[in-house]
Amino acid sequence: MAEQAKGKWKTFKLEVITPERVVVKEEVEAVVVPSKDGLLGILRNHAPFIGALDIGVLKYLKDGHHRYIACNEGIFEMTGSELRILSDTAEPGEIIDVERAKEAQKRAEARLKQKSREIDILRAELALRRALARQRAAEAASKQ
Amino acid sequence: MPENLRDIKRRIRSIKNTEQITKAMEMVAAARLRHAQERVEQARPYSQEIDALIKRVAGSFSDLTHPFFLARERQQVGYVIFTSDRGLCGAFNSHVIRRAEIELAKEKEAGLIIIGRKGRDYFRRRNYNILSEFVNIGDDPAVDQARGIARTLVDLYNGNIVDEVNLVYTEFISTGKQRPVVYKLLPLTQPSAGSEEAKDIKIIDYIIEPSPQDVLAMLLPRFIEAEVYRAVLESRASEEASRMIAMSQAKENAGEMIEQLTLLSNKLRQAAITKEIAEIVGGAEALKG
Repeated sequence: MAEQAKGKWKTFKLEVITPERVVVKEEVEAVVVPSKDGLLGILRNHAPFIGALDIGVLKYLKDGHHRYIACNEGIFEMTGSELRILSDTAEPGEIIDVERAKEAQKRAEARLKQKSREIDILRAELALRRALARQRAAEAASKQ
Repeated sequence: MPENLRDIKRRIRSIKNTEQITKAMEMVAAARLRHAQERVEQARPYSQEIDALIKRVAGSFSDLTHPFFLARERQQVGYVIFTSDRGLCGAFNSHVIRRAEIELAKEKEAGLIIIGRKGRDYFRRRNYNILSEFVNIGDDPAVDQARGIARTLVDLYNGNIVDEVNLVYTEFISTGKQRPVVYKLLPLTQPSAGSEEAKDIKIIDYIIEPSPQDVLAMLLPRFIEAEVYRAVLESRASEEASRMIAMSQAKENAGEMIEQLTLLSNKLRQAAITKEIAEIVGGAEALKG
């Protein structure tokens, strides 16, 4: 709420889109994007930008509240007044099934222990990172 | 047509049963159609944005290359044919199969990728060259299934097994109108520098990270996935629309048959009564005599 006391930040439009549906379409104050080059904080009037999205937790601020979305790989585009995120999957922290994410984590870890082809290891690593990101998003959302 | 009253009554009962079943199937198809239509709508923003981004990135950096943009000599041409797993959907499958066969007749060498059990059965029986098949897609296809199909297509293309990939699917226009279409998926046409989107980017001057080439390499496979997913969803919606209309017609036909048979049964009943009265009157006359 501290941000609001100092006067609201200028908002911009955030859209999180997956092949299946539009997950988020809101006016927001700030966004932290998990990009391939690390976390990237974005406010209104950020320079026009196209970048690669990584597996991780997307965090955004709206009306003084933080919200968390577990993201997958994809692409994002900032035009200055609009941030569009095209992710292979996206799940808001509140709806994530933590038990399932934990199971996915165990499965991926078990697969990593086996000696297998390089491509399988790569897939298991991605699955593991996704499972961890989902748990982080769920945990952060539950603390709100 | 049955001759005696009891047979007709039995027949009416049986048709009434059929009518009820077709009516139920029509309602189920209507509900599934609504759901499938929603999915088509919901998937639209993603493919639109991906398409716009490709035009923006590839159009403004004309030196970008990607294997998907390179046309090569058409030796074997791939056709992806979207059919249904289940029947009782009117002429849905035969329309899309006929459309595919028109194209196949033009090709010297064609390899098929079949979606749906109906199409697989048809093309197998006729000894077509089937490279891959996907059955049991289900009522509510997930994007992961489309990803599996897209990955197969990209592998076939990158492995030089097919030199072109075409989708043959049923476009959903409205509940009453669906149309089989042929859509060239690969190779892609490189967006020209003169497009509106490309002009945009020149003015805005984007920062692109890691590099335009890398971003393009991330966008293109996703574009292929989105297009395959769209074809799967449109095909699903068309299938249910076609089924709904077929079932509604079957229901009406059953109603008509019931009407005719009821008329016939009434006539026969009346004739029997008339005959009985005539016999009684005849008997009474004979007694008087």
